[in-house]
Amino acid sequence: MADLKTNFCGIRSPNPFWLASAPPSNSGYQVQKAFEQGWGGAVWKTIGAPVLNVSNRYATIDYKGTKIIGLNNVELISDRPVEVNLKEMKEVKRNFPNHAVIASIMVESTKEAWQEIIKRTEDTGIDGFELNFGCPHGMSERGMGSAMGQVPDYTCMVTEWAVSVATKPVIVKLTPNITDITLPARAAVKGGAPALSLINTLNSIMGVDLNTFDIKPSVGGKGSHGGYAGPAVKPIALHMLSAIALDEEVRKRTVPISGIGGIETWQDAVEFMLLGATSVQICTAVMHYGFRIIEDLIDGMSNWMDERGFKTIEDFIGKSLPKVSSFGDLDLGFQSVARIDHNKCIQCNLCFIACNDAAHQCIDLTTMKLNGNPMERPLPVVRENDCVGCALCSAVCPVPDCITMVEVESNRPHTTWNQLISEKPEVLAWDAMNEYRKKANFHIH
Amino acid sequence: MKPEKTTRQQADESSIEGRFKELNLPFNDREALLESNRCLYCYDAPCIVACPTHIDIPTFIRKISSGNVKGSAKTILESNLLGATCSRVCPVQELCEGACVLNEDHKPINIGRLQRHAMDFADKNKLNFFQRGNPNGLRVAIVGAGPAGLSCAGELAKLGFEVICFEKRPLSGGLDTYGIVVFREPVEISLKEVQMIEELGVDMRNGVEIGKDLLLSDLVEDYDAVLISIGLGKVPNLSIAGEDKEGVFDGLEFIEQTKVKDLKTIKCGSKVVVIGGGNTAIDCATIARRLGAPDVTIVYRRSQFEMPAYEFECEFALKEGVRIQFLTNPVEVEGKDKVEKLKCARVELGPPDLSGRRTPRVIADSLFDIPCDMVIKAIGQEKPYDLLSELKKFGVQEQNGYIVVDPKTNGTSNPKIFAAGDCIRHKGEALTVVAVQDGKIAAASIAKMLLPSKTNGKKTQPPGTR
Ligand SMILES: Cc1cc2nc3c(=O)[nH]c(=O)nc-3n(C[C@H](O)[C@H](O)[C@H](O)COP(=O)(O)OP(=O)(O)OC[C@H]3O[C@@H](n4cnc5c(N)ncnc54)[C@H](O)[C@@H]3O)c2cc1C
Ligand SMILES: Cc1cc2nc3c(=O)[nH]c(=O)nc-3n(C[C@H](O)[C@H](O)[C@H](O)COP(=O)(O)O)c2cc1C
Ligand code: SF4
Repeated sequence: MADLKTNFCGIRSPNPFWLASAPPSNSGYQVQKAFEQGWGGAVWKTIGAPVLNVSNRYATIDYKGTKIIGLNNVELISDRPVEVNLKEMKEVKRNFPNHAVIASIMVESTKEAWQEIIKRTEDTGIDGFELNFGCPHGMSERGMGSAMGQVPDYTCMVTEWAVSVATKPVIVKLTPNITDITLPARAAVKGGAPALSLINTLNSIMGVDLNTFDIKPSVGGKGSHGGYAGPAVKPIALHMLSAIALDEEVRKRTVPISGIGGIETWQDAVEFMLLGATSVQICTAVMHYGFRIIEDLIDGMSNWMDERGFKTIEDFIGKSLPKVSSFGDLDLGFQSVARIDHNKCIQCNLCFIACNDAAHQCIDLTTMKLNGNPMERPLPVVRENDCVGCALCSAVCPVPDCITMVEVESNRPHTTWNQLISEKPEVLAWDAMNEYRKKANFHIH
Repeated sequence: MKPEKTTRQQADESSIEGRFKELNLPFNDREALLESNRCLYCYDAPCIVACPTHIDIPTFIRKISSGNVKGSAKTILESNLLGATCSRVCPVQELCEGACVLNEDHKPINIGRLQRHAMDFADKNKLNFFQRGNPNGLRVAIVGAGPAGLSCAGELAKLGFEVICFEKRPLSGGLDTYGIVVFREPVEISLKEVQMIEELGVDMRNGVEIGKDLLLSDLVEDYDAVLISIGLGKVPNLSIAGEDKEGVFDGLEFIEQTKVKDLKTIKCGSKVVVIGGGNTAIDCATIARRLGAPDVTIVYRRSQFEMPAYEFECEFALKEGVRIQFLTNPVEVEGKDKVEKLKCARVELGPPDLSGRRTPRVIADSLFDIPCDMVIKAIGQEKPYDLLSELKKFGVQEQNGYIVVDPKTNGTSNPKIFAAGDCIRHKGEALTVVAVQDGKIAAASIAKMLLPSKTNGKKTQPPGTR
C-alpha cells in the first residue's frame, strides 16, 4: 500500500494534499472538518492587515455546459480579526497535532509589522508560515501582496525579516503576475526562504455583461480586475513550477516547492509532483465541490502509486523534470505523422477541416453531395508525406485514440537548433538555411 | 419527490383533453444548451444530407449553443418553412438523427427537439424572418394547401410572385392540420405556419375545389404556372361484405375528428378493431385508446417483419395497451345493423411479391371472429383519379395513380404544370418534410423557368467565359 506521508522541509502531514490559503481554510470549523475528511494540511486563509470586503466577489468561466473551468475573485485576505484566527489555529493544532497547519500572513511593508505578526502567530503552535506575496487585487494597491512579489528586491527583503525571527519554516508564495518567475524565486531563496509555493492567482477580468455592459464580477455596477484560478490556470502553474524547480540557483538550496493552481483531481496532483512539487494546495476545486473530493485524491494517487510500484511520494517527485528541455535542445530529426484509425473514425471530418483551413492541407476528403446517401461518406485520409506532424488533427478528433501521432524515419540528422547554430552559424541567413534544408532533408510544404 | 424526467409527457389521465395534449416535452433552455453543446459541428455533416430539406443542422445547433436562438430559427426556416411541424412529426431516427456520427460513438444529438426549441422560440417571440419579394408581375396557382403547396407558395412569395392557393377544405395545412395526431402536433402549430405563409402575401382561397368550383383549364389559362399538390384521398374500401354497416369508419376521418372537434363529442367504441399495418393504423389505435376504448386490436395481414409502421411507433402502440394481431385477414364485417364482429382468416406468408414483401396466403378453414363494436379502416389512401384524368387532358402523365414528374424540377410533361407532395410519391416514404422539399424544388424550377425570360437578360457569365 502506497505511503503518502509528506515531509515538506520539516512540516509533516499524512498526505501531500493541503487546502490552499483561501475561503476553504477561512476558519477553525472548516479546517477541522477538512482534516476529519482526510486533508493532510491547510494553509490558513491569509491573516494580517485589516480589510473590508465587497460583494459580489466571484465570477466564473463556464465552457459548453461545464461550470467553473476558471474562477475569478476580488476577495481580500481574512476579514476576521487576527485574535480570532489565532485562537482557532491553536485549537485546530491541538486537535490535529499530526496535520500541517500553516499560517499565511500579509501585513504592511515594515519590518516591525512582519516580525510582530510572526511572533504572535508562532505562539499558536502552527507548523510554518506562508508569506502571501501574491494577492493581485485590493492588497496590491495598498503596497502588499503582488506589489511585494513583483519586485524581487522587496521579496528578498521581507523574506529576510520573516526568516530572521521565525523558528518555523517560512514558505514564500509567489505571484504569477510577472514575466519571469525565476527572478522572484531567486530573490526569496536569497532572502533565506527554506521553501516556495506557487502559483497565486492571475490578474483577470472575467467577462462583460452584454445587457448591462457591467464587467464581471460587478460590485453594484462597477468591477475591478481580480485573481484567476481553477482548472484553466493549471498549464501556467505547471510551467512556472518546472521553471523554478529547474532553476540553478533554486536547486543549489534544494528548497521544496508546494504546487498550486488548477488542481482538481489526483491526476493533476501527480503531474505537479512529477514536475517537482513536494506538496500540493487546492482551492477552487474545493470551492466547487467541497472537502469530500479528498477521498478520490488520496485513493486515486495511492492506486496509481501501487500500479507503478512507488512506495513513497519521494519515489516519483520530480521524475519528469529531466524531460523538461528548451526549444533549442529539441531533436530536429524527430518526425511524427498523423495516423487515423479508420475503424474508430466516426467521420465527423473535423480533422479534415482543421488541417485544411488551419494546418497544412494534407488530409484528403471529397466534398459532400447533398443527394447522396448520408452514410456513404468519405473517410479522412492523411497524405503522410506532406504531414508536418503538427498534431492539430489529433487534437480536434473527438474519438479517443483514433488519430495517433506515430514516429517515422525522417532521414534527417538528429541534431538540435543549438548544435546547428554553433556548428553552422551561417544558417541564420535564408540562403544558407535553404541550402542546409536541402542537404539535411527538411522539406517544408 | 420530483418525478423522473422523461422526454415524453405523462398523459394527464384525468381528462380527455389531457390525454390529447402534445406528448413530447420541449427542451427547457438549459437542456437545449447542454444538448447543443454535445454537437461536434461536423464538417460535411451527414445530418444535412439526411434531412430531406437539407437544413444546415450543425449551424442551427451551434447558434443555440452560442445563445443566438433567433439566428438558429432563421437558419432552419431558410431551408424549411415548415420547420415547426417537421421538428415534431419527422421520424428523426430515420432521417437526421439516424445519420448523426455520434450514433457510432454513444447516442445521436437530439436534433428534432433542438429544432423544436428554436421554432418555439421564434413563435414565442413572434419573430418574422421573411418578407414578400418585390412583385415581379407573375402569377402562380397552387392547388392544395398541404405542406407541399404551402412550401412552394412561401418560396415563390419570397421571390415576388403573386401566389393564389386553392384549397377545398375550410382550413389549410393539409394532413398537418387534419391528419397528424394531435398529441404529436397540435393543430395550432400547423395553422400558425399557414398564417406565416399568408403573411408573405399568399392569397389563400379556402373552400374552392379545383375540378368542381373552378376548372383546371381556368388555372392553366389564367396563370403563368400551376402547382398540383393535392395529396391523396380518403381511405379506400376493403372490398369485403358488410363494410357499409354502421360502426365502420374511415381512419382518416376518425383521426380528423380529434383534430377539429370537441374531444368530448367524439364517439368511440369499446371494442375497436383497426385494419392496416402502417403508421396511420397505429395512430388510429392509439387515439382510440386515448378516447377511452378499453380494448383495441390492430389486425394486419402480414407479419411484424413486413409491417410498414416504424418500430418505435409499434412500441408506442404496445405501451399504450394496443394489441397487434399479425397474419390476420378481415373477411367480413358482421352484425345486425351495426358492427358486432369482424370475421377473419388466418394467413401464412408465401414468396416475396414485387414490393419484396412476402405475399399473404389465406389458410383454408381458419376463419375466426373478433367481437367488436367499431371497425376502423387504415389501409392507405385513394388516388385522386378525377383530377388525374383532368390533368391527362393537358398532357400530364400518371403512373399507378401518381403524377409523373422529373424529380430534379418536379415539372410534369406540361411545361406550365408542376406537381409536389404525396400525389407524386409513387415510391419512398410519404412525409411532411419530403413534401416541403418537393414544394421547394417546384418553386425553384418555376422561378428558373419564368424569371430569366421576364428580365430578358442573359445570365451573368463567370469571368473568363464567353
Ligand atoms: C394519419 C397520417 C399521419 C401522418 N403522420 C405523419 C408524421 O408523423 N410525420 C410525417 O412526416 N408525415 C406524416 N404523414 C404524412 C404527411 O402528412 C404527408 O406526407 C403530407 O401531408 C403530404 O403533403 P401534401 O401537401 O402532399 O398533401 P396533403 O397534406 O394531403 O395536402 C393536400 C391538400 O390538397 C387539398 N386538395 C386536394 N384536392 C384538392 C382539390 N381538387 N382542390 C383544392 N384542394 C385540394 C387537400 O384538402 C389538402 O389540404 C401522415 C399522414 C397521415 C395520413
Ligand atoms: C476566493 C479566493 C481567495 C483567495 N484568497 C487567498 C488568500 O487570502 N491568500 C493567498 O495566499 N491566496 C489566496 N487565494 C489563492 C489560492 O490560495 C490559490 O493560490 C489559487 O486559487 C490557485 O489555486 P486553485 O486553482 O486550486 O484555486 C485565493 C483564491 C481564491 C479563489
Ligand atoms: S498532424 Fe497537422 S499537418 Fe499532419 S495531418 Fe494532422 S493537422 Fe494536418
